[in-house]
Amino acid sequence: MAHALAARIPLGVREEPVFVRALLISAALAFLGLFLFLPLAAVFHEALKKGWEVYLAAIVEPDALSAIKLTLLAAAIAVPLNTFFGVAAAWAIAKFEFRGKNLLTTLIDLPFSVSPVISGLVYVLVFGLQGWLGPWLQAHDLKVIFAVPGIVLATLFVTVPFVARELIPLMQAQGKEEEEAAVVLGAGGWQVFWRVTLPNIKWGLLYGVILCNARAMGEFGAVSVVSGHIRGETNTMPLHVEILYNEYQFAAAFAVASLLALLALVTLAVKSFVERKIES
Amino acid sequence: MRAIVLRKHSVLPGFELALGFTLLYLSLIVLIPISAVFAKTLTLSFSSFVQIITSDRVLASLRLSFGASLIAAAINTVFGFLVAWVLVRYRFAGKRLIDAMVDLPFALPTAVAGIALTAIYAKNGWLGSLLEPLGVKVAFTPLGVLVALVFIGLPFVVRTVQPVLEDLEPELEDAAATLGADRWQIFRRVILPAVLPALITGFALAFARAVGEYGSVIFIAGNMPMVSEITPLLIVTKLEQYDYAGATALATVMLVVSFLLLLLINYLQWRTRSPLASR
Repeated sequence: MAHALAARIPLGVREEPVFVRALLISAALAFLGLFLFLPLAAVFHEALKKGWEVYLAAIVEPDALSAIKLTLLAAAIAVPLNTFFGVAAAWAIAKFEFRGKNLLTTLIDLPFSVSPVISGLVYVLVFGLQGWLGPWLQAHDLKVIFAVPGIVLATLFVTVPFVARELIPLMQAQGKEEEEAAVVLGAGGWQVFWRVTLPNIKWGLLYGVILCNARAMGEFGAVSVVSGHIRGETNTMPLHVEILYNEYQFAAAFAVASLLALLALVTLAVKSFVERKIES
Repeated sequence: MRAIVLRKHSVLPGFELALGFTLLYLSLIVLIPISAVFAKTLTLSFSSFVQIITSDRVLASLRLSFGASLIAAAINTVFGFLVAWVLVRYRFAGKRLIDAMVDLPFALPTAVAGIALTAIYAKNGWLGSLLEPLGVKVAFTPLGVLVALVFIGLPFVVRTVQPVLEDLEPELEDAAATLGADRWQIFRRVILPAVLPALITGFALAFARAVGEYGSVIFIAGNMPMVSEITPLLIVTKLEQYDYAGATALATVMLVVSFLLLLLINYLQWRTRSPLASR
C-alpha cells in the first residue's frame, strides 16, 4: 500500500533517489545472501558433493533411519500435546479476565528465553541419577535420561510456547462476542469451540503447529544434553548429523542435514502460504 | 478494545478446565523442572557458588557469550532495519521469496546451520578460502561465534521493525516535507523515532537468543577453553564431567539473565503496543 501512495506523490522527499534505493537494496541482498542463501546452498552442495549414491546410502543406513524414526516420534508426541496446551491456554487467557494473566502469558514464553542447554539440564536435575526422582526411577528400573522419554520431554519443553503465542493475540483480537452469541443461542461448550472458535482460528493454529513441528524436529541443544548419544537408540536427526560430522563423514552428515533443510524450506513455504491466508 | 469493562463472570464455559490444565501442564513441563536448577544451586554454599562463577574459564566464557551476543545483536539491528526497510518500501524482483526466507534461521535446525557455516568459513570453504590469504580466520575462532550468532539472530529485528514501518503513516512524512525537511531529516526526525522502540525490542530479542545459543555455535567455534568457548558449551562440558553443581551454578547465572531480558522485552513490547491497544 505504501508503494501505491508513494507513487502518487512525485516529490523527491518521499522516496530516496534511485541510486540510494539501488544501494540499499544491494546492501540488504548482499547481507541476506551472505547469511541466508550461502549456508543453505552449502548444505545441498556438500550433501551431493560425492554423488547421489553416497547421499542415498547415508539416508537409508540403519542408524540414520532410526534417528529419523526417533525424530518423528518425538514430534508426533510433542506437537499434539503442545497444540492442545496452546488451545487451552489461549482459551483461558483470551476469553476470560483473571488476575495474574500477564504473568501467565510471560511464563508461557519462558522456554523461548531459556538456553536450549538449560532446557535439557533441568530434566537431568529432575530425572537424572543424582536428580530428585533419580533413585526412585532406578529402583523401579525406569530410565528417562539417556533414553527416549528424556528426548520427548526436552522436545516438549522447547516447543511449549509456539501454538499458545500464535493463538493468544489472535483470539484476543477476535473478542468473544461470537462465542457469547452461540452460548446464548443454546450451544454447548464443545459445540462453541468446534463450530465458532476453531473456524476462526484455524489458520493461526496451523501456523503455530508448523513452527512447533519445525522446532520439535530440529531441536539440538536440549535433546543433546538428555540423549547420551546412543547410536540407533537415542539419536535424533540433528544429533545424528553431529555424530557423523565429528567422525569426519561430511557427505553423510550433510546428507542427513539436507533432509532437515528441506523440512525448513517446506515449513517456510507453508508458513508464507498461511500468512497470506490470514491477511486475506 | 472495548473489553475494558472487566467481566469476571463470563457466560462462556470452560474457564476452570482450560486454566487448570494450562497451569498443571506448564508447571509439570516447565516451571517445576526450572525450579530444580535453583533448588540445586541452593545446596551450594555462597562462597563455592561465587568461586565457580568467577573462575577464569567461566569468566572468559561469559565475556565471549555476552560480548559476541552484543555485537551480533548490534549487527542485526543495523542490517535488520535495512532489510525491513527495503522489504517494506521498495519493489524488486524476488521480494516475496526473500521476505519468506528471512525466517530461515527460525526454521533451520541449529546443528544444520552450524555445520553449513563451518563448511563455508573453513580454510577450504567458499569464503574461508577467500579470507585465508587476507589473514582473516573465521572458523574455529571467536569471529566464527559471531558469524553463527548473526545468523540465528537475523529474523528478530526484521520481524519487529517490519510491521511498524508498514503502519507508519505517510502523512507524517508529507507534513515534514511540506515544512521543508529534506529526506535525511525526515528519516532522522520522523521515521527513526517511530521505529526506535521496535529496534530496541528486536535488539533485545536477538541478544537474548544469542546468549543461550548452542547448536549453531559449537561447530564453528573450535571450542578452545578461554578463547572460543561459549557459556552454554561450558555447562554441557561440566555436565559430561558429572560436575552437576558447576553446571547448575552457571545455568543459574544464565537463567537470571534470561528472566531479566524476558521482563525487559515484555515491557518494551507492551510499550510498543500500548498506543495501538488504546485505539
